[in-house]
Amino acid sequence: MEKIVYSKEQARELYEKMATIRYFEACIKHDSLAGEIPGFVHLYIGEEAIATGVCAALRQDDMIESTHRGHGHCIAKGADVNRMMAEIYGKETGLCQGRGGSMHIADFSIGMLGANGVVGGGYNLAAGAALANKAVLKNDKVSVVFFGDGASNRGTFHEAMNVASAWKLPVIFVNEMNCWASTTPYRATCNVENISDRAKGYHIPGVIVDGQDVFAVYEAAKAAVERARSGEGPTLIEAKTYRIEGHFVGDPELYRKKEETLKIFQDTDPLRIFRQKKILPDAECNEIEARCEEAIRKAKEYALSCSYPDAESFMKYVYVD
Amino acid sequence: MSIKTYKEATWEAMKEEMLRDPSVYAMAEDIIGNGGSMGHYIGLGQAVGDENRVLDAPISETAIVASAVGAALAGMRPVIDMRFSNCLPVCMDELTNQAAKSRYMFGGQGKVHMVVRCPDGIMKMQGAHHTDCLEAWFAHVPGLQVVIPSSPAEGKGLLKSAIRNDNPVIFFEHKTLFKMEGEVPEEEYTIPIGKARVARDGKDVSIIVYGVMVSRALEAAKVLEQEGVSAEVIDLRTVSPWDKETVLASVRKTGRVVVAHEAVRQCGFGAELSATIGEEAFASLKTPVVRIGAPFVPIPMSPHLEDMCRTLPKDIISAVKRVLS
Repeated sequence: MEKIVYSKEQARELYEKMATIRYFEACIKHDSLAGEIPGFVHLYIGEEAIATGVCAALRQDDMIESTHRGHGHCIAKGADVNRMMAEIYGKETGLCQGRGGSMHIADFSIGMLGANGVVGGGYNLAAGAALANKAVLKNDKVSVVFFGDGASNRGTFHEAMNVASAWKLPVIFVNEMNCWASTTPYRATCNVENISDRAKGYHIPGVIVDGQDVFAVYEAAKAAVERARSGEGPTLIEAKTYRIEGHFVGDPELYRKKEETLKIFQDTDPLRIFRQKKILPDAECNEIEARCEEAIRKAKEYALSCSYPDAESFMKYVYVD
Repeated sequence: MSIKTYKEATWEAMKEEMLRDPSVYAMAEDIIGNGGSMGHYIGLGQAVGDENRVLDAPISETAIVASAVGAALAGMRPVIDMRFSNCLPVCMDELTNQAAKSRYMFGGQGKVHMVVRCPDGIMKMQGAHHTDCLEAWFAHVPGLQVVIPSSPAEGKGLLKSAIRNDNPVIFFEHKTLFKMEGEVPEEEYTIPIGKARVARDGKDVSIIVYGVMVSRALEAAKVLEQEGVSAEVIDLRTVSPWDKETVLASVRKTGRVVVAHEAVRQCGFGAELSATIGEEAFASLKTPVVRIGAPFVPIPMSPHLEDMCRTLPKDIISAVKRVLS
């Protein structure tokens, strides 16, 4: 493959997205532990390069299906962090008017068709959106579904991979191989080391990529997007990563040692790996981070200033009137 | 008016809606080869001039339902068919978590306009995996609508409304309906979802039914008439939403109620009807509501055992006699 030369501008954008996710998640973690955030939250810290790299290869009108660990996907696809924060705080101005929260966050205006509280619930939704776009609407939009290693053991994975391959649907299956299915090590319940191996069973490409390297992820996604857009069908991308945080904020993590996790984070932090490539000077990366930190501080301020949804309208949207 | 079978009338509804709106497509297992489990899609693709809009699905019920949800969110109006209602439990997440809740959870973003057609009920010795009536399961889920037609004309009008409707609709069609004949209007018409009809006017007792039970109730009412009992038959048409106003008006008029369905009696939709009548029209009741349905048993295959699970006109007649005594 031809080596891609990245402009400073492209590199800046990638770093800014990753840093935005990092500061967003740090804020959510802090506020959730402080008891300020209602509901259940799952963090994406350490996995930022995957959502960022994949979404950088997409157009705004392409569609993504996300997971319970969905803040990173939402930010990477281009959602407004103020409205995201307001949603997670359960406010009226949130993306879903407070009805979804962290686990059901969505922004249809940018093709983010929703986080999903059901593990493995997104594959066939993405396949359906792809079917609509390809077979009936006859446009060239592609769909991406993100999923974890635990979700790869759902039967829905097989059904979606089979239809996507059979009908050459423009879907990209992006596996975030973070080694933990909730509190269970991935290999304790699966005898297949690489989820991408399963692609062979559907006669589609299965690729492994370093999920900590945003450029590598972008390049793998770009190839998959080109294949999908040109009508050749789906690709399974396995991005190797590690879940740095607990399964959810507040997870006692009795199943692993904190110091081991910290060591892995130090070695694989995607922001640090980006900096090591020296595409941008450290001073510029510092500036970007300062800007992101400030944007997130303001997003929280915005969320706090907004009101909760009007109780009188809480039945709104159960049905279309 | 002309005489058509239910199968013909609903086929026409599909054809008309697919011609009217290019975003409508049909997907099911075996929808092309034999035209679906009841042959009710034969030649549909050719008839609408677009065979790409009638899709044979793999035996993957979760993919069929969830892909319809995803396609609906992307702007399509899928009509999917489960072949038999007993395939529904295979894809409960897709129906009750994804289809039902997406619009609400996402604060009104996206519409899940899709129809899930489900042939159901006892036909002939198909056993416990092909005969359940599961409407009460889905009437319990906010976000879904549940429609159960009773005749060819009703099927056509309700199916057209279900397809045009912007909500996910579970459309139960009793398997014995497909061969039923009846008068169907020639002109374009739809039947609103959520509005019951008085299928027969009466003054002594209200028989509240839906789906295949409507013709059985009308048959019972004829027999009762000969015995001097004037029975009113209410066809609910839809059980979610359901038309409380029409039901309560009938109850207030007659003061005696029989609720009947083919689904098992325990926790069946009759329980909701009966409880609501008790809560809101207790003072009008002359005797307690009687509800009838199948015994609490998986439907057995052996013919004489299967017969014990049917709710037939004779059961309605004896229930009416109980409320009159």
